[in-house]
Amino acid sequence: MEAQVLHFFQWFWDLFGLWNVVWSFVEPVWPLIWNLMKIVAIVAPLMIGVAYLTYAERKILAYMQVRVGPNRVGYYGLLQPIADGIKLLFKELIVPIRSNKLLFAFAPVMVLAPALAAWAVVPFADGMVLANINAGLLFILAMTSIGVYGVIIAGWSSNSKYAFLGAMRSAAQMVSYELPMGFALVCVLLAAQSMNLTDIVMGQQSNAGMLGWYFVPLFPMFIVYLISGVAETNRAPFDMAEGESEIVAGFHVEYSGMGFALFFLGEYANMILIAGLTSLFFLGGWLNPFHGWMLVGALTEWVPGIVWLLGKMFFVLFLFLWFRATFPRYRYDQLMRLGWKVLIPLTLVWVVVVAAWMQTPYWLWTPASVQG
Amino acid sequence: MNLETLMFYLLSALTVFAALRVITSRNPVHAALFLVLAFFSTAGIWMLLEAEFLALTLVLVYVGAVMVLFLFVVMMLDINLERLRVGFWKWFPFAAILAVVLLVEMVMVLGSSSTAGTNVNVAKHAADYSNTKELGRLIYTEYIYAFELAAVLLLVAIIAAIALTLRQRSGTKHQVQGDQIQVRSKDRVRIVSMPSVARPDTRK
Repeated sequence: MEAQVLHFFQWFWDLFGLWNVVWSFVEPVWPLIWNLMKIVAIVAPLMIGVAYLTYAERKILAYMQVRVGPNRVGYYGLLQPIADGIKLLFKELIVPIRSNKLLFAFAPVMVLAPALAAWAVVPFADGMVLANINAGLLFILAMTSIGVYGVIIAGWSSNSKYAFLGAMRSAAQMVSYELPMGFALVCVLLAAQSMNLTDIVMGQQSNAGMLGWYFVPLFPMFIVYLISGVAETNRAPFDMAEGESEIVAGFHVEYSGMGFALFFLGEYANMILIAGLTSLFFLGGWLNPFHGWMLVGALTEWVPGIVWLLGKMFFVLFLFLWFRATFPRYRYDQLMRLGWKVLIPLTLVWVVVVAAWMQTPYWLWTPASVQG
Repeated sequence: MNLETLMFYLLSALTVFAALRVITSRNPVHAALFLVLAFFSTAGIWMLLEAEFLALTLVLVYVGAVMVLFLFVVMMLDINLERLRVGFWKWFPFAAILAVVLLVEMVMVLGSSSTAGTNVNVAKHAADYSNTKELGRLIYTEYIYAFELAAVLLLVAIIAAIALTLRQRSGTKHQVQGDQIQVRSKDRVRIVSMPSVARPDTRK
């Protein structure tokens, strides 16, 4: 890939006969430029994805509730997210007088930054990854665990009771649901015998197609991860942090204009991230679900891996939206009970079950790289 | 100066600055946030040492969990800043002596003949070297007793914390989820069949 891009630049500058001059300047910083280009290639589609996820959410919710949804701006309302973005951009920024100005401005950044940073280790296909590090899974856990700071700081620095209550609720919720999430991932890393995300996906490759993916042996963990993912992103039915009927809008009640938009971006970027991670850890990432299934497998072999990955992410994101349309909001004590008394014991038991199961010959999901 | 050295000095300066601000900032919430920054830059330094497991665990455990709860408590406390500063000079000599003792200890450790002058060279490894695997192997073989002891210690602390804070208060209104789930509609709702009566004619 890198060579092709370089080749293109060489061709482009050679049109003006300037390649040698340009290259003498660019060569020392080329690795930096190349990495920046890769980052843009990840973040730009992600931002467009966020914009159209809000559109998808409004449309899908509308159809589930027998409404039409946005349909005024552009065909089928397709330009609605852009109109919303422009509206938010030009709105007045209101900063409460008694707030802590610096932290108030810093909080939205703290929500968005980890949601973007985590993408650094997410592979989109074999070898298509920004940073192929061995401790990728730990990096993901570390990044998702610091997103809570933005929420807490936003609630505290606003100097408002509703915002503070929302922040406290959401902090307790995110810390609680990180534990089952972490334990579910411990099961994945037990099965894959690696913390590298590319290795985890390749470990799910077999001739059994989708039966080789980890959602089969780790089915309870798949469900736990999905539930915790919904709770981590503060989405309905676990959107206690912004329960409109109780605390107005929770931690970001004092934010307006772009500050609010950044929280919005962070929430939806986190949703896409969780969807991507669920696909990678449990749904075989970019692997063909029909691989090795005789005729169907042979007929779908030409589909590029990234199409499968995006398809799986769409599926998980659709589940997120579906949950929101279906379930009423949990009560706070029920939420805590589900986290601490149901999900955490379940994950603890399943870690032991998987570890014991792997010692028996009935464990069929040993990664091909470890076999033999 | 290569990039690595530059990063080291940058992160070290950030760590020292953050650590200083932890003890000098007036607002306890700011102090806690600076402590988070200090953890972060320390994790960065460890990352430079290729100790990625330790670095990420530091972020995951201390930044992601411990400091969140810390902030939680600090934000909930109603701290009177004026009262905190009362008696600063009274306790200053005592604190100064403590600080000097600590400083002397550190200088003695770092400057002693056993560590002074030894050039600590970190072994460079290939990209596929897994720090995590090596640590795991050591923890579960050579240092298993120490590891188990630490685990038991933490377990005792958890149980003690629960035992200290768990009180049965009488007279609180709380839901029992088991009972809520057990409820059937026929226990609560009675469906009465009433014959409909024709509406009296009010038009006249």
